[in-house]
Amino acid sequence: MLAGCGGSSNNNASSGGTGTSSNSCAKADLTLVNDGKLTVGTDNPAFPPWFGGPEKSPWKVSDPRSGQGFESAVAYEVARRLGFAKNEVNWIVVPFNTAFAPGPKKFDFAINQISYTPQRAKAVAFSDSYYNVNQAVVAKRGTPIAGAQSSADLQKYKLGAQLGTTSYQYIKDFIKPSKQPAVFDSNDAAVAALKNGQIDGLVVDLPTAFYVTAAQVPQSKIVGQFPTGNAGERFGMVFEKGNTLVGCVNQALNEMKSDGTLQKLQEKWLAKVGNAPILH
Amino acid sequence: MSGAEGRRGALIAIFSTLVVFTGLALLITHAPGWPEVRQTFFDWGQFKDSFPEIARAFLLNVKIFLIAEAFILVFALLLAVIRNLPGPAALPLRILGIAYADFFRGVPTILVIAMLGFGAPALQLNWVPLSTTFWGIVALVLVYTAYVSEVYRAGIESVHPSQNAAARSLGLTHWQSLRAVVLPQAVRRVIPPLLNDFIGLQKDTALVGFLGSVEAFKQSQIDAAATFNYTSYVAAALLFVALTIPLARFTDWLVARDRRRRQAAGT
Repeated sequence: MLAGCGGSSNNNASSGGTGTSSNSCAKADLTLVNDGKLTVGTDNPAFPPWFGGPEKSPWKVSDPRSGQGFESAVAYEVARRLGFAKNEVNWIVVPFNTAFAPGPKKFDFAINQISYTPQRAKAVAFSDSYYNVNQAVVAKRGTPIAGAQSSADLQKYKLGAQLGTTSYQYIKDFIKPSKQPAVFDSNDAAVAALKNGQIDGLVVDLPTAFYVTAAQVPQSKIVGQFPTGNAGERFGMVFEKGNTLVGCVNQALNEMKSDGTLQKLQEKWLAKVGNAPILH
Repeated sequence: MSGAEGRRGALIAIFSTLVVFTGLALLITHAPGWPEVRQTFFDWGQFKDSFPEIARAFLLNVKIFLIAEAFILVFALLLAVIRNLPGPAALPLRILGIAYADFFRGVPTILVIAMLGFGAPALQLNWVPLSTTFWGIVALVLVYTAYVSEVYRAGIESVHPSQNAAARSLGLTHWQSLRAVVLPQAVRRVIPPLLNDFIGLQKDTALVGFLGSVEAFKQSQIDAAATFNYTSYVAAALLFVALTIPLARFTDWLVARDRRRRQAAGT
């Protein structure tokens, strides 16, 4: 029943997109968790390049309310197109694991580098893609793994990934290493293990890899990124199953794609991403 | 108690059990969120998909448990003996023993695991192992040694002082008396609470996953995060329960047997 509901509203939005359906996306008609406000969830700490600006309580590392960083900028742009002023957007802390807990959600949508998969879409509703992502490997400079040229070269090393990312699945499905990969609850645990040499290589999405090498582990480098064809991974915003807001957000995302706004935001916040060598 | 009273008691027991469990079942299955809960926690297909890998990961829990337990039994006994050392000269040792037990019973196990697992390898000493499972085991040994030493100590103190006095008057030294008279009685008495701590340890092996080791809980988290479905948690819980329930029943049986023996000796 619920699934049918969510599916049909999704289809309407992506096929129609203009005309009659835009009426239902008027700000007054939206079903929101808090009236008149758009409540957006993400995890804390909020890391660059997804979020930017100086750290401000309760947020650590950066501040989603700054409008800086790719996901913050995308969320505010979507909000603007739905008719929300900047001060009508509320950010709340939503740890990754609670983003998909059953039952009512405390947010209208969560934006937290969450990859779409068909299984996940059974539990929550996903927006269309706002970023197509590649996975990459980070290692300490001067270690044997740092010279790897291909995915096969990585097989003999101890790899790690963060829980809930599709990076772990990527390791299991495409790299198939001989040692059991380690899985960490958080980005900082994974980074600690990389610094300590408890793992040889850390698999993360490419923009995060740039942040790890630039800010978190100075003596590290990006060994390379994996070709896009393997996984065809994309990030989507997460909504409660059956939430009709998905259609309106998709409409805003479509506009942002066709008028080039999304591309501009990517160039602004994720510019360096094109430069990593590709591991075949 | 007459036969009729016994039958009436049994009927009341059956009736009250039925009422309570049927009531609970109805309450849960008629909750508004039940269809969603059933789908996200009790999905049979999901269970079948995730169970084999979680069961494989569970072997790591069993391994951690067995290795840690062996060390804990020895170290905890040493600590208990140290805390019971007689004489003013042994005061610094007793203080150290108390400080150790206070500290490791006071700090949450997950913190000890996190500090050791990421802290010790960060020293970058060549001879310090990097393995996260190794440090997880060390942390569990440190924490549970503190708990189990208290259990041993309670056993030692439950042996009446006259036993020790009698042994000493026969010419046994402190150590001989401890080894031949006090400890054999003490250890026998504390076997049930010892097993209780084993059960706790068995569950706490899941905390080692925090360091990145893929044990049963971590594997179930991986599956849950991949599918946004929590059925894998239920699979992991069943594996833990399958191991702890036999141990719990065995503990109950030991307690009951001990009580029977003591009552028999009392008459």
